[in-house]
Amino acid sequence: MDSVSPWLVILGMAVVTVSTRLIGYWVLGRYQLSSRTQSILEAVPASVLTAIIAPMVLATGLAETLAAIATLLIAWRLPTVVAIVCGVVVVVLMRNVF
Amino acid sequence: MPPSKTAQAGFTAALIDIFPMLIGMVPFGLIVGTMGKQAGLETWELMLMSSAVFAGASQFIALDMWTTPLPALAIIGTTLMVNLRHVLMGAAAAPHIKGLPSLPRYIFLCAMADENWAMAMRRAMSDRTLVVSYVLGVTVPFYLNWQLWSFLGTQLGDLINDPAELGFDFVFTAVFITLIFGFWKTDKRLSPIIASACVALIAQQLLPGTWYIFVGSLGGVAAAALTYKRKDDAHG
Repeated sequence: MDSVSPWLVILGMAVVTVSTRLIGYWVLGRYQLSSRTQSILEAVPASVLTAIIAPMVLATGLAETLAAIATLLIAWRLPTVVAIVCGVVVVVLMRNVF
Repeated sequence: MPPSKTAQAGFTAALIDIFPMLIGMVPFGLIVGTMGKQAGLETWELMLMSSAVFAGASQFIALDMWTTPLPALAIIGTTLMVNLRHVLMGAAAAPHIKGLPSLPRYIFLCAMADENWAMAMRRAMSDRTLVVSYVLGVTVPFYLNWQLWSFLGTQLGDLINDPAELGFDFVFTAVFITLIFGFWKTDKRLSPIIASACVALIAQQLLPGTWYIFVGSLGGVAAAALTYKRKDDAHG
């Protein structure tokens, strides 16, 4: 293993990463999907995004949790950009408090 | 609308949607570049990684593991685990991008990241159509932006030590919250979101690295499968 060049490792990383990007599409893109499968796939985006942010929102600290709630409440009524900016401002303020 | 107008509208909408993400990526690109230099990579090697791998989280983890002698299999294996969620993402995108010409379709797939994928899916699920200009508009600028800032990171060294201090790390969280809210508005299902959050939190305690993302996503998908009712056929 001593002699593996960096670019070879980088190439290996690229091969496995591009494979993950293509495999799901190739395997499921071939078939005419049943409405059951489609309904399940439509739950994927929210599931993936929720899994990514769950630890940050729920298990980091009070600042992050409150900022997340603020973002959600603002997004309910106001434009998305306003919600995002307010969320970031709240987290910065709260981090200086806690 | 004539085709050229539709294309322009799609591209403009894409730029507006992806813009906050471009800003949010700046510190992370700078940090990846800096970390690469500190790990002993040449500039071209780091740029090879940013352009060919193009997956922020796995790049951070790989550079953190970058010691001599290089633990090649461990790095490649970890990269695979961190990026496994792409399999689900590609599968979910399949019905929406199938109709696109193959060049933009494969540009999107090969440069698929959480952010541009999420924007494309939101567009597809709310409007029911995904045009080439929108798909390229969220993908190409996002890809080039990562190259630019990781390159500047290799050149400028450590300008930003702590993105958390300025709240940059929360930009993604805030954007994702608004996206999840948007998905919920069209989808109306809460159970996959709750299941995904619970499973991700438990998995994060029990499993190493970023397995919680993949396992949590599977939890959400399982909840969707379990709560599926045939009446969904009406709009599914």
